[in-house]
Amino acid sequence: MNVALVKNDSGPAASSVFAAAQGRLPGTGKVAEIRRDAFAAFERTGLPHRRIEEWKYTDLRALVRDVLPLAGAPDAAALARAKAAVAEAAIEGATKLVLVDGVVATDLSDLAALPSGVTVRMLRAVLDEQSNDSRADLLLTKTSDPMLSLNAALVTDGVVVTVADGTQLSSPLQLIHVATASKAARYSRSHVRVGQGARVTLVESAIAAAGAAAYQANDAAVVWVGDEAQLSHVRLMRDASDAVNVSSELFTIGAKSRLNLFNMTSGAAVSRLQAFFTMAGEGSELIVNGVNLLRDKQHGDMTLVVDHAVPGCTSRENFRAVLDDRAHSVFQGRIIVRQDAQQTDGKMMTRALLLSDEAEADSKPELEIFADDVSCGHGATAGALDDSLLFYLRARGLPEKQAQALLIQAFVGEAIEAIEDDHLRERVIASAQDWMEARA
Amino acid sequence: MALLEIKNLQVRVEEREILHGLTLTIDAGKVHAIMGPNGSGKSTLSHVIAGKPGYEVTGGEILFKGEDLLAMAPDERAAKGVFLAFQYPVEIPGVATMTFLRTALNAQRKARGEEEYSTPDFLKKVREISKSLNIPQDMLKRGVNVGFSGGEKKRNEVLQMALFQPSLCILDEMDSGLDIDALRIAADGVNALRSPERSMIVITHYQRLLNYIVPDVVHVMSKGRVVKSGGKELALELEASGYAQFEDAA
Ligand SMILES: Nc1ncnc2c1ncn2[C@@H]1O[C@H](COP(=O)(O)OP(=O)(O)O)[C@@H](O)[C@H]1O
Ligand SMILES: [Mg+2]
Repeated sequence: MNVALVKNDSGPAASSVFAAAQGRLPGTGKVAEIRRDAFAAFERTGLPHRRIEEWKYTDLRALVRDVLPLAGAPDAAALARAKAAVAEAAIEGATKLVLVDGVVATDLSDLAALPSGVTVRMLRAVLDEQSNDSRADLLLTKTSDPMLSLNAALVTDGVVVTVADGTQLSSPLQLIHVATASKAARYSRSHVRVGQGARVTLVESAIAAAGAAAYQANDAAVVWVGDEAQLSHVRLMRDASDAVNVSSELFTIGAKSRLNLFNMTSGAAVSRLQAFFTMAGEGSELIVNGVNLLRDKQHGDMTLVVDHAVPGCTSRENFRAVLDDRAHSVFQGRIIVRQDAQQTDGKMMTRALLLSDEAEADSKPELEIFADDVSCGHGATAGALDDSLLFYLRARGLPEKQAQALLIQAFVGEAIEAIEDDHLRERVIASAQDWMEARA
Repeated sequence: MALLEIKNLQVRVEEREILHGLTLTIDAGKVHAIMGPNGSGKSTLSHVIAGKPGYEVTGGEILFKGEDLLAMAPDERAAKGVFLAFQYPVEIPGVATMTFLRTALNAQRKARGEEEYSTPDFLKKVREISKSLNIPQDMLKRGVNVGFSGGEKKRNEVLQMALFQPSLCILDEMDSGLDIDALRIAADGVNALRSPERSMIVITHYQRLLNYIVPDVVHVMSKGRVVKSGGKELALELEASGYAQFEDAA
């Protein structure tokens, strides 16, 4: 396909956004060059659309249309609103790392009280350092994607976290993305390096401060899970109902390690989590559970690409969508098993619960298997609540909405139960209950 | 006083009339048995009383404590004291039995304007009942009826009956799929709930169950109508002569 033919409508707007942002983007020299290249890569497609296979079901050109200008620096009033929102989203006992409109807010973060073994730097500072060319790779990934390119071009800040080998964190690190600006965009990129044998729980929350509306979030995370390390990563996405959130997460997983990722999206008009996993060391385990709770005309996409590059790893993906009104959920799961990756065990399951006749669920599982001794599979179901179960509950005294809520809870519970931390799991259950209560 | 009055009830399912003018009155404190061949409409009657969707009532009425039962949602009927022990209790994966019991009990209490049970009171009550029914505690931690045997499912229905204390219990084929021991445990549980304020409709195809739950009145149902009513001896009569005579009469 000649990409020049699909030159998009938002091109001119995007380039003026990029030009206008120049003075505010950290980094010169090599960094600036990478940004220019990344923007050029973005411009070759513009906002991804349905003719790009990976974005077939999430046509941003139709759903989003414009690339909004970069959010300005938040003023004192905005920071106060952010602070209130953070207080609500904060997990008890967690070490908070807060980004407001894509820039680390030191006053709202616990940078001065980091657990031992943990270091945090601001991406902005790293990119701004003289002779930073060696760190320019912070903006480069081996995965190419238009939204990731746009992120590299426009990223303003992020955290660069290192957890030293053997560190066992007893409480979570919590990355909180707060939006305060309206009709503006943010671009953040964070790096997390979990050292050998370390054990970490990383919570990531996306929230809106009071009044923040119609913003665009493009957040990226690049994560390394060292050999024999364990990372539990819980994402709670509760953006404003008219916002756009495209998150890209890239994981490289070492040997004999374990990554347990849970994502729940209930916010944003349009959202996508695209996560790319490389099983780079033998004998590791990847567990991914996702829940989309969507209503009105919300569109939520979870796209997972698991690359089994080495033998003997296990991956399990389990996705649940609960869809009301005219909501649209997308699950795309690709499992690649390289020729050398014998004894790979990779499975994915996606289930959608349709609470309305107008809701829609799409799923696209793909297996690309080049090894011969593997066990891989996928399954998908979509349907309404079971009438006979509903009647049983109602005959026992549960009003309709409550009966539905109990069954919905059971449905998403099968994904939520994968969260190991009791307190976090309860938080997620409560959050799902909030969603159901809002239906009544 | 009549607890339940069914007058000339006509019910259709998918354009086909299943109940053709059924009349039945049940007084408070009485146990009525409804016997009849398969397909005579016994389960249909129990579903219509409980309010299951999919049944079209084309004629007649049902009064429960003098109120129009058919105008109420199924959960309102439950809160008012109607309880159907299902012939085939469903399995609900992911909803722990304990959670289910507490949610249901408190929903009923809330609808009646009563205080919710405190957790310790609730747990104590459930423990007592499950012990008397020989239901192990770890069964209550599992999903509702998930992995339960036929007998366990029926006992779970009786447990709910004992917990909710309804004023009308409808037992649809409680004996189906139960061996004698399981049947005896379930029947003992039911008998323990007999009281002057509580009425029961015991639906069964076989006389056997009525040896354990002895009815005050027996009705014979055939082709969507009550064709004969009598005392408990009617059940024995049926056991000897079969349903054929009534099929002709209907
Ligand atoms: N959902 C349904 N759709 C169509 N026919 C039904 C349905 N439920 C019951 N019937 C029919 O209604 C009649 C009575 O059934 P049922 O009430 O189950 O009888 P019983 O419980 O006495 O065996 C039968 O002929 C049965 O086939
Ligand atoms: Mg029946």
